[in-house]
Amino acid sequence: MSMMSVLSSVEPQLDWAEPQTGPEFEAKLAAFEARIQRGEKIEPNDWMPLEYRKQLIRMISQHAHSEIVGCLPEGGWIPHAPTFRRKLALTAKVQDEAGHGQLLYRAAETLGVSREQMIDDLLSGRAKYSNIFNYPAVTWADVGMIGWLVDAAAIVNQLMLAEGSYGPYARAMKRICYEESFHLKQGHHFIVTMAGGTPQQRAMVQAALDRWWWPTLMMFGPSDRDSVHLEKMMRWKIKTRTNDELRYDFVAQYAPQILRLGLTIPDPELRYDEAARRWRFGEPDWEEFRRVISGHGPLNAERIAVRRAAHEAGRWVREALAAKSAPTH
Amino acid sequence: MDTQLRTFEVFHQSKRGEPHVHVGAVHAPDAELALMLARDQFARRLDCTSLWVVPSDQITATTPAQAEAWFEPATDKSYREAAGFPMRDIIKKAENWSK
Repeated sequence: MSMMSVLSSVEPQLDWAEPQTGPEFEAKLAAFEARIQRGEKIEPNDWMPLEYRKQLIRMISQHAHSEIVGCLPEGGWIPHAPTFRRKLALTAKVQDEAGHGQLLYRAAETLGVSREQMIDDLLSGRAKYSNIFNYPAVTWADVGMIGWLVDAAAIVNQLMLAEGSYGPYARAMKRICYEESFHLKQGHHFIVTMAGGTPQQRAMVQAALDRWWWPTLMMFGPSDRDSVHLEKMMRWKIKTRTNDELRYDFVAQYAPQILRLGLTIPDPELRYDEAARRWRFGEPDWEEFRRVISGHGPLNAERIAVRRAAHEAGRWVREALAAKSAPTH
Repeated sequence: MDTQLRTFEVFHQSKRGEPHVHVGAVHAPDAELALMLARDQFARRLDCTSLWVVPSDQITATTPAQAEAWFEPATDKSYREAAGFPMRDIIKKAENWSK
């Protein structure tokens, strides 16, 4: 066997047909799981069970798609920002999201999926992305609410993912969390400014909260009892905390801040249980979640149509780059 | 005609005096464009004083299989570590020599 290897570039050498049963596989699996239990990271050239690889490809590519599609609700508002500073901040935020998408596509590639395949999956509608971006940013206040609550929820999730077992994904999460902290801050500043403004501005903020509260809670995914792969994801440290735990953390951190502003959260069951010292809150409408994630949300078709148009419009750039790399001698 | 293009690994120096650190990779047709794309990706938000790009296939790396043999010595190497030279007892003996 070769003593050295070339760093894997776009397509690491993989045996997708490697048997996933039998004593040899079980021995490798045990060593792999022991490594994860010790808190060690798995790197691209390490052996991993096919299921780990596939779960991560699905999760990381969906995350990447979410960043790219996530540029759209806010991107549309850049020309309409009411002040130059807000326009600059929003442009910077959207630029960051595009960059995050790039980082995440690259992390997924280290697992053996090609960029072309991932883009094709997104544009064909086969791949999913975070449901939250299928909702419209109806008013300027929605942009602030997204910047505050949606980014806050993303940070709660991403801080957890930064502790995950796959090295390239964990590293990408740390970098992304650092940039997200600016997004959160500008969103919070935005909402607090409007909440301290005119009666019309406060009403606009309240209406935006009414629209975004439940979709944000749904960002953490289905309830634990309906999460099919949870046990394995936790054992393999693909997730290190459950959907319901993260959802709870988000409510416990942000409900008090929202209520302090004098706003009303659209959940009649939301209250702090003094005896148990825990927040109580209602169950999201999982029927709506399933409807939107399966393509029937308010903007699913439009989001994909915009991405397809952008992909087509950018074809000449990709062709020019490919021509540049073609040998000329 | 769609292609992924080659990958270039990116090394980023955050300030003068610091080492270049591997931060990821970009797809590009050549080194010049790789450097431009690396700037967009890795220096857009992080302070940067220098960037290197290297075609991924120009990096020679150890394999996981050889890591144990190469990097985890079976023998005691304390002869070359500070902890291999405990001082307390011998200092006591030398300092109390004339007492």
